[in-house]
Amino acid sequence: MDLKDLYQDLIVDHNRRPRNFRRMPDANRVAEGFNPLCGDKLTLYLKLDGGTISDVSFEGSGCAISVASASLLTERLKGATVEEAEALFADMIPLLTGKLPENAPREHFRKLAALEGVKEYPSRVKCASLSWHTLEAALKNAGQPVTTE
Amino acid sequence: MSVAEKLIALDPLALRADFPILAERIHSKPLAYLDNAATAQKPQAVIDAVTEYYTHMNANVHRGVHQLSERATAAYEGAREKLARFVNAASPREVVFTRGTTEAINLVAQSFVRPKLKPGDEVLVSTMEHHSNIVPWQLVCEQTGAKLVAAPINERGELLLDEFEKLINERTRFIGIVHVSNALGTVNPVRKIIDMAHARGIAVLVDGAQAVPHARVDVQVLDADFYALSGHKMYAPTGIGALIAKAEHLEAMPPWQGGGEMIRMVRFDRSIWNDIPHKFEAGTPNIAGAAGLGAAIDYLEAVGMDRIAAYEAELLDWATRRLEQVAGLRIVGTARDKAGVISFMLDGVHPHDIGTIVDTHGVAIRTGHHCAMPVMEFFNVPATARASIAFYNTREDIERLAAALEDCRRMLA
Repeated sequence: MDLKDLYQDLIVDHNRRPRNFRRMPDANRVAEGFNPLCGDKLTLYLKLDGGTISDVSFEGSGCAISVASASLLTERLKGATVEEAEALFADMIPLLTGKLPENAPREHFRKLAALEGVKEYPSRVKCASLSWHTLEAALKNAGQPVTTE
Repeated sequence: MSVAEKLIALDPLALRADFPILAERIHSKPLAYLDNAATAQKPQAVIDAVTEYYTHMNANVHRGVHQLSERATAAYEGAREKLARFVNAASPREVVFTRGTTEAINLVAQSFVRPKLKPGDEVLVSTMEHHSNIVPWQLVCEQTGAKLVAAPINERGELLLDEFEKLINERTRFIGIVHVSNALGTVNPVRKIIDMAHARGIAVLVDGAQAVPHARVDVQVLDADFYALSGHKMYAPTGIGALIAKAEHLEAMPPWQGGGEMIRMVRFDRSIWNDIPHKFEAGTPNIAGAAGLGAAIDYLEAVGMDRIAAYEAELLDWATRRLEQVAGLRIVGTARDKAGVISFMLDGVHPHDIGTIVDTHGVAIRTGHHCAMPVMEFFNVPATARASIAFYNTREDIERLAAALEDCRRMLA
């Protein structure tokens, strides 16, 4: 188990300089995520244009893994279709928990593949999955904040 | 070499040898265990006592006339006598075994406090309580229409005693106060608080979970009405703890849980309760846990609580100065009277990342809200990292933590 698999340069960089880290006043979907275990809190903003995510951003505070995960999510989903986002969500959780089959396609993860290292750290999986559960809530437009518990 | 001789030689390294788990390797590195406020490690004597119990004594207590039941009862009641002596309770009748501090507080909330509460009454606690000394009072307040009031603390994490006193009024029915804060390490002036309360005829519960492992506690000197503690934080097994309570209160309280053991006679029209403390111990208790607790007390008495307190105070002082040298480190909780705990933040590194990174160095600390969310809110932090010490810790453990924290800074800050 090498710490470098968890804190890859890409993750450290996205933690130091989170992308799309801003409030979005004209968002049409907003969801809040909370991890009570470590106090991570984030708000995810989406602007849906038909079936396309024309803009996505987030705000909040958390550990390096949760901030980098949210930052990478926004980068990956800007311009994606809702269908694509749903498909990614369905694959991300198995990727983070080490349950993705060996031979499953991985190209669509692109930079998100850097988060796979958390599968060796069970107590940190929730940090990486928080933004994805929040995304799911935003897409479903559920009014309740999501928590990792 | 006896335990006492080891300490005269002031050799925590020799005492470490009594704790087999401290020889574990974590990620191929020696273990530096600095999470003692969460749970303390167990000396071989405690592990042996549990094994001995199941190997040679296992039977139910207070039931059988057979030899094993006699042995089990002797082990269980022997542990009660040891604990009574250890905290200087007036009698073993004042020691009720529970699963731990949490269950002891819930027992007092439901059995002693609930029948006294009316809408508008108040229960007073402090801002620095563990959730276990908040939520049981919230439950009882919801059940009765009473109100939970929290006394403020200052920026050092000290109780504002004047403010506390002002909050005691004619509506106050009960006071709960933590002896040593698990999140900040603050030692509270519980004797003064109890005097203030008694002057107004109010009973007090002291949450002693973090105090008993670190210093000699005398419940009669404190004049505590109720004193709650957990075995596993004082080197005994999990699942055993106690409520130490004045006999006059226990006699007047209705049972909390019903079942076997807590009765003298059962008929369908009415039952007669057993004597204290058995009235509060429904069902088969954690006999092996009590045997382990008895062994832990023997061990602590052999080492000597005064010597433990002196050694740990010196180590805490040294560790505080050492960690303050780590760039970007800020200690949360700087009370003048502290025990056992250093909570801290590291600039640019979230506590959760600190926990993971130092673990790969073999250093075990706690990160999170420490079941004290109101404390986190007061200091406006989402979480802290916390190193908590025991007498088997050394300066080397602290040096290894400091080096691991430097690594955190290099990686993430």
